[in-house]
Amino acid sequence: MSVPGAIELQGLGVRFGGRPILHALTARLSGRAIGLLGPNGAGKTTLINTLLGFHPPSEGTAVMHGHDVKTDRASLTGTIGYMPESDSFIAGITAVRFVRMMGELSGLPKEAALERAHETLQYVGLGEARYRTLETFSLGMKQMAKLAQAIVHAPKILFLDEPTNGLDPPARARMIRLVKEIRDSGQAQIILSSHLLRDVEECCDEALVLKDGKIAFHGNLEEERKANKKFLQVETRGDDRAFAAAAEAIGCTCALISPGRLKMVLPEAIAVRDLYKIAAEQAVQIRRLDYKRDSLQDIFLKAMEDPRGRV
Amino acid sequence: MAVYDRRYRGYTGTITPVNTRWMVLPRFAWAQVFKARLFTAFFTLCFGWPIAATVWIYLHHNFAALANVGFDGANLAPIDAGFFAAFMGVQCFFFGGLMSLLVGPGLVSPDLANGALPLFLSRPLTRTGYAIGKMATLAVMISLITWIPGLFLFFLQSWLAGWGWLVANARIGVAIFLGAAIWIVTISLLSMAASALARRKVIAQTYLLGVIIFGTIAGQAINVMFHTRAGFVFALPELMHTVWEGLYQVPLHAQLSPTVAWVALLAVCGASIAVLGKKLRAFEVVK
Repeated sequence: MSVPGAIELQGLGVRFGGRPILHALTARLSGRAIGLLGPNGAGKTTLINTLLGFHPPSEGTAVMHGHDVKTDRASLTGTIGYMPESDSFIAGITAVRFVRMMGELSGLPKEAALERAHETLQYVGLGEARYRTLETFSLGMKQMAKLAQAIVHAPKILFLDEPTNGLDPPARARMIRLVKEIRDSGQAQIILSSHLLRDVEECCDEALVLKDGKIAFHGNLEEERKANKKFLQVETRGDDRAFAAAAEAIGCTCALISPGRLKMVLPEAIAVRDLYKIAAEQAVQIRRLDYKRDSLQDIFLKAMEDPRGRV
Repeated sequence: MAVYDRRYRGYTGTITPVNTRWMVLPRFAWAQVFKARLFTAFFTLCFGWPIAATVWIYLHHNFAALANVGFDGANLAPIDAGFFAAFMGVQCFFFGGLMSLLVGPGLVSPDLANGALPLFLSRPLTRTGYAIGKMATLAVMISLITWIPGLFLFFLQSWLAGWGWLVANARIGVAIFLGAAIWIVTISLLSMAASALARRKVIAQTYLLGVIIFGTIAGQAINVMFHTRAGFVFALPELMHTVWEGLYQVPLHAQLSPTVAWVALLAVCGASIAVLGKKLRAFEVVK
């Protein structure tokens, strides 16, 4: 049973010329913004192309917002916005005509498309440049124009393939801000494919890591962050074994990494100051104490290192 | 949402019917081609011959006007199937051919070169819809200078000559429309296929010219070398002559049998569709 507002992959496989690219992907993506991660050739763009209906799955199904991408593509395309990774524009026309044309192709009436084209270009920061032809745009401006054409018709599902590619830091910050605004508006579910972990960490609440066409990690980033809230790395001087035993006695989970270095998970009821009390009782000095949470980078690296390809 | 209100907002207005979306493509394409003044001048020039033919038909039915300038109306060539075949020949093969060469190669190649196909095909527009939209750009423009003025002249002649002439020559009207339609479909598909094969307009124009001119030359060479007429199957103008001869029922010195000509035309269209089917994709799979 498909769930509205979610993307469900059920044994999804894709082959090109007999060569498997995606292997039996099964996941339910329901976040407001889903980050698609993986090294080059992992199958991120293939997954996006399959969800966009550019080619049918070889096996399994993919259902987006209750519509099968293979059998019900016509119902889906009107609700999709797509910002491709590569250079994509129409030569010889101004930005406003370009965005208007894309709006009309998505179903907006002429007048509404023109109005929204102006608004969208203003929104992405190309208001002053909207009467310039697209060939004269810089890379950053082209990226923004691609975003404008993807959102002009207010899609329900927005695919962003490497949206910050080639952007300088201010332009990247602007792109990230826009993606977050769209996410927070609640009007569109975003699927963001990127090789930049920071982009995904900043924008997404769910991540799907692909490796060799398989799911290496799938999880809710918010929950991961919450789960790791009480994860500490402690450096001590003194009898660290006694300190660890005392900490375990009040409910902490401890692991001695090396002499004087411990990893600890604190239960909800235990605060950091309780550790200092125990340390004082055991005559142990706490030299360093870090909240250590698994960053997306840790998750990603673990996923890449795991020979089975799954964390 | 006003332009100063920079927030992301949804859209709750009306949506156009899905089956009309392909019409957006020719509308934007026409705006683009008519931006060039030289092309607009050429397009205007395409109506010179229809205007001259209109005057010709008018004079045919107003000998008194000719007599005023000292010309004997009886010497004028008759308005018959041959007249319309000649008129349509100029409009289709000369002006229509030139228009195909100017407009056709620029229809698909820029989209392929600039990676625009994923933008089109991720929307409620199928590959067929895209191809039809692009083809309509050229087909409508050639129609405006071929069968539409052709039928106008036909009905003008019918109006001036009387109901009896219309009934007796109804097949000319059919020939005007069908003959032009066959040419338009063939040349539009061929132009688009050339455009899809090349990523630059100039190269696509060369391909198209190559198919028409070098096909004819190669056909003649085959005829001379092997003492045959089979080489004419490579000559697109000859194929059209043969088909038109059957439609207008006037001698156009066709060198092929109608069946061979029809099969060859179908093969040209089929090959063009196959090229379009292969090239018009959102992305290319590298094997």
